[in-house]
Amino acid sequence: MARFALRRLAGMVVVLFAVSLVTFAIFNLIPNSDPAQRLAGKNADAVLVKSIEEDWGFDEPLPVQYWETMKKIFSGELISYGDQLNVDEKIVEGIPATFSLCIGAAAIWLFFGILFGYLSALKPGGWLDRVLTVVAIAGISLPAFLLAAIFLYLLTFKLELFPAGGYVPLTEDPVDWAYHLILPWFTLAILNIGFYSRVLRSNMLDAMNEDYVRTARAKGLSERRVMTRHVLRNSLIPIVSLFGLDFAAMLGGGAIIVESIFGLNGVGQYAAESITNLDLPPIMAITMFGAFFVVLFSAVTDIFYAYLDPRIRLEASAR
Amino acid sequence: MSSQPLLSVGDLRVGFATEGGRLQAVDGVGFDLAPGEVLAIVGESGSGKSVTAQTILGLTRSPDSVIEGSVRLGGAELLNAGEAELRKVRGARVGMIFQDPMTSLNPVYRVGAQIVEAIRAHEPGTSKEEARERAIELLRSVGIAEAAQRVGDYPHEFSGGMRQRAMIAMALALEPEVLIADEPTTALDVTVQAQILRLLEDLNRSRNLATILITHDLGVVAEVADRVLVMYAGKVVEEGTLDQIFYDPQHPYTWGLLGSLSRLDRPRPQRLPQIGGAPPSLLAPPTGCAFRPRCPHEFGKCAEVPALDGRLPEAAAHRDRCWLDPEQKAERRQVEGGIGLEAPS
Repeated sequence: MARFALRRLAGMVVVLFAVSLVTFAIFNLIPNSDPAQRLAGKNADAVLVKSIEEDWGFDEPLPVQYWETMKKIFSGELISYGDQLNVDEKIVEGIPATFSLCIGAAAIWLFFGILFGYLSALKPGGWLDRVLTVVAIAGISLPAFLLAAIFLYLLTFKLELFPAGGYVPLTEDPVDWAYHLILPWFTLAILNIGFYSRVLRSNMLDAMNEDYVRTARAKGLSERRVMTRHVLRNSLIPIVSLFGLDFAAMLGGGAIIVESIFGLNGVGQYAAESITNLDLPPIMAITMFGAFFVVLFSAVTDIFYAYLDPRIRLEASAR
Repeated sequence: MSSQPLLSVGDLRVGFATEGGRLQAVDGVGFDLAPGEVLAIVGESGSGKSVTAQTILGLTRSPDSVIEGSVRLGGAELLNAGEAELRKVRGARVGMIFQDPMTSLNPVYRVGAQIVEAIRAHEPGTSKEEARERAIELLRSVGIAEAAQRVGDYPHEFSGGMRQRAMIAMALALEPEVLIADEPTTALDVTVQAQILRLLEDLNRSRNLATILITHDLGVVAEVADRVLVMYAGKVVEEGTLDQIFYDPQHPYTWGLLGSLSRLDRPRPQRLPQIGGAPPSLLAPPTGCAFRPRCPHEFGKCAEVPALDGRLPEAAAHRDRCWLDPEQKAERRQVEGGIGLEAPS
């Protein structure tokens, strides 16, 4: 276990380095992204631009600029070029909203994804399977922005059931917290409900042909027990690794559209704003933040995987 | 065999609706199994032997299957029995083991837990501890060393032979009257095969366990069977005692099977003899005798399907499906000093 943790930690350093390097390089290649020009304003003269370049260190060679930016990310001193606020603090401020959104959405999509997949697989080709197939494909095909618009139009403006957006901290009012999050949760979850139920269905149909399922039946187990303890249990293993990465990417600010539409002021919305303003420091920090979660959760997934499937050894899977 | 049969299969027919038409996998198979008897069902891949075995326990689950005939266990019909009734039979009165012990145990549960699951499915009142004790005892009885420790192992920590032993232990957990062993040694090394066969033989003797042994390996049959059913293209082509089948085989297909055994007591042939041709398609079986296209002794009458009849006056229970008369058979099956089937011209 110690070796596994050490390996993963080393892997994380490499991933974060690579991700930050690529982000930094891309940003410096984008035309019209000169931060000094943007900071100086539209009609700035060359002297002002020059002095800003010197103040912010934009005249340094790129490797030095990269090094300085990275140092500031990790010491918490990074300042946005746009609103000139501390980037790390802004991210930390956004975490409660983002985590509330992601954890709730994940619970919903896992629950319904597994339920629908299981029900579909019980009678493949039956009416329930066909209905759920249509539902799943509709869920996968509907883009989040469209789904959000439909929800907002029908449930907020027409029926006035839910608020249009905003985030109420859990500690302030748990009921209001959930009430404000229901639409974003479902908007985010529906795509994955469709996707996960399809994956689980096909995993289960494969598992049903396994010899050990025939053995389970030959033992005289009830059909329900065969389906849950043998077919479903074994089919959930691949779902775990899928979930680990999906969830991590979302936690790391991947729910950009949903957060922005519903004005949740989370990490994803911050990312959206920074990209619009070509504001390098927050983009760098949020990308690193996301990559951190992806690496962290892939390690957590592997640990859970080894628990679910005793044939897997952590030491081997870390290679 | 005069005693009441324990298991009686009558005119069993299993067909599958496929895109290419109806595939008749089992075509009128019938046999009786007496208590304590070992019945071997022999045939090549696709002859319908495994489907026959699985249908006995209602494990042929394709929605496209059409099953007719009868399967009676102790007088009670199983073919039209409900799922709940079948569940009481599966594992409890009829145990089953399968070809590939590598994949027949669920890889994510401990071996002991899978045996405990079988026990508690039929005896819900048994506590987990009690069931575990029984699992250890069962593993010990099938020859797993240090059973008390190994009971907590996962299947991948067992060797192939140990897994098949564990499968047998599981099948025996509720002391069934019948054991169906579907190619139990096919996936195992030869030395392990011998051990598993010895184990099955011991169980048959010590528990008077009636056994249906499905195999394509005549060597396995010779070791343990009392009676033999030879299947070809979904039909029984010959049926008799072990000695009758090995020393006085009546059907050319049986000759071919016997002739293609490698024998240590004869000079080694240039090439191992084989039966020419390939098994027929079950979607479009040949008219008449199904073995006709591969049979060098085919003649006019073979265009008619031969009935499974006792054709030997001295042994009515020795039945076969071949139109040749017994004297012709005794003569024609002699190939190079032994029983065999010459290659079709």
